Amino acid sequence: MDHTAGRPVEPRVTEAMLPYTESLYGNPSSVHSFGQEARQAIEEARAKVAELINAEREESIIFTSGATESNNMAIKGVAYRNKDRGTRIITSSIEHMSVLNPCKFLTTKGFKVTFLPVDKYGFVDLASLEKELNNETILVSIIYANGEIGTIQPIKKISQIVHGKNAYLHVDATAANGQVPIDVNDEGIDLLTISSNDMYGPKGVGALYIRRGTRLEPSIHGGGQEQGLRSGTENLPSIVGLGKAAEMERKEMPTESERLKKLRDKLINGLLDHIPHSFLNGHPTKRLPNNAAVRYSFIEGESILLDLDMKGVAASSGSACTAKTLEPSHVLRAIGLKHEEAHGSLLFTLGKQNTEEEVDYVIRIMPDIVKRLRRMSPLTPKELRE
Amino acid sequence: MYSEKVMEHFRKPRNMGEIPDADGVGTVGNPVCGDMMTVYIKVRDNHIDDIKFKTFGCGAAIATSSMVTELAKGKTLEEAKKIGRSDVAESLGGLPKVKMHCSNLAADALHAAIEDYEKRKGTKR
Repeated sequence: MDHTAGRPVEPRVTEAMLPYTESLYGNPSSVHSFGQEARQAIEEARAKVAELINAEREESIIFTSGATESNNMAIKGVAYRNKDRGTRIITSSIEHMSVLNPCKFLTTKGFKVTFLPVDKYGFVDLASLEKELNNETILVSIIYANGEIGTIQPIKKISQIVHGKNAYLHVDATAANGQVPIDVNDEGIDLLTISSNDMYGPKGVGALYIRRGTRLEPSIHGGGQEQGLRSGTENLPSIVGLGKAAEMERKEMPTESERLKKLRDKLINGLLDHIPHSFLNGHPTKRLPNNAAVRYSFIEGESILLDLDMKGVAASSGSACTAKTLEPSHVLRAIGLKHEEAHGSLLFTLGKQNTEEEVDYVIRIMPDIVKRLRRMSPLTPKELRE
Repeated sequence: MYSEKVMEHFRKPRNMGEIPDADGVGTVGNPVCGDMMTVYIKVRDNHIDDIKFKTFGCGAAIATSSMVTELAKGKTLEEAKKIGRSDVAESLGGLPKVKMHCSNLAADALHAAIEDYEKRKGTKR
């Protein structure tokens, strides 16, 4: 139940990719028929990704090596190309590192970056956005939904505010694509980061949607592939895989999302109802269908994960003890949690393979895990000890 | 990530609990940084007659607490004072590098408990 960390590649995706790893090895830039066959496969994949997000034309999709590259390309590409218009960038305090760090990097190159606060549910503060936006602002980058808390941002409202000042809106949809329907036209998105593995596609590939007329510098200079924005011979099998994944998600997402929502709510209720001093992270309804994020007082996340692992359950935590940096998650801190509250966080991200029986199993074993660790903890109040 | 020995102590911690009428109590760490432990000792004839611990923290924090109580039980106070962080880590078959500093506080908690005992007795030199 840790699908945000990694998902299995859907067998139908693997099957679609296989011919392109063996017999169909043409270079899409070649004139001969082998090359043209490869070209056609890439353009079909492009059309499928475009269809998933209702992009107006296929050419607006650029294939990359993954969401991290897409985020870097969007942010640095727009910043460098539009420096003549202004040097201000706005983002939120709950972005992924692949947005936060390019933004921080740009502050060393003469750009001014504002990190917007969020409320206790994780919603970006729109009043701050309006206040910070001015004619110098060239780009606003907001996450569609953060995978640690699941909260879905009001992107349409945000884009109306952003476009009122003629800035571009970039949206990182890594955790959201394949979970909720995204419509770049209706929601007014200028650049959208799309991830492959989050839709059961292969790792090492992703895409960036770029609305027509959006000015940005190339991220890789070379032979001029991907409209000159991202040169290099295309990663044919992976792109075909991403296309297949997008096609499947477009068809199957509505049914699967409804199924996951029911499992999610059952899991959240089960994790909170029978355990005192437990809380939900994020918003109760405006959240990703697969995201169940909770926290327990008086105990620490890594030890919960170890106990769960011994019982065959994989989950995740925003505790400092599980992070390389030994700092609790910046997302949990941004929604106002104290360090000791963030330490007790526990995140389940559900996927296709998860069943109701598995959810029931987790609900059944959780109270004893929390009890065991609370018995050991010097922070546990007397009335909770047995 | 963790050695077999660490996981074994995490699964079945030794001497977990409190001693209500302890002769010495030592607490180190704090909930903000993610690890906090309390060690309780009962002293008889200059020996650690009984020892218990309570810990908030990660797997390493719990395993080191358990291990330090095992190492200290029955020892003289002088012997117990010599138990260091590296002794605890070694007895557990090693700890991940990143945990050596933050979660390996159990020996400090033991020393704090002994200090508290000596303070109460007024024998601290």
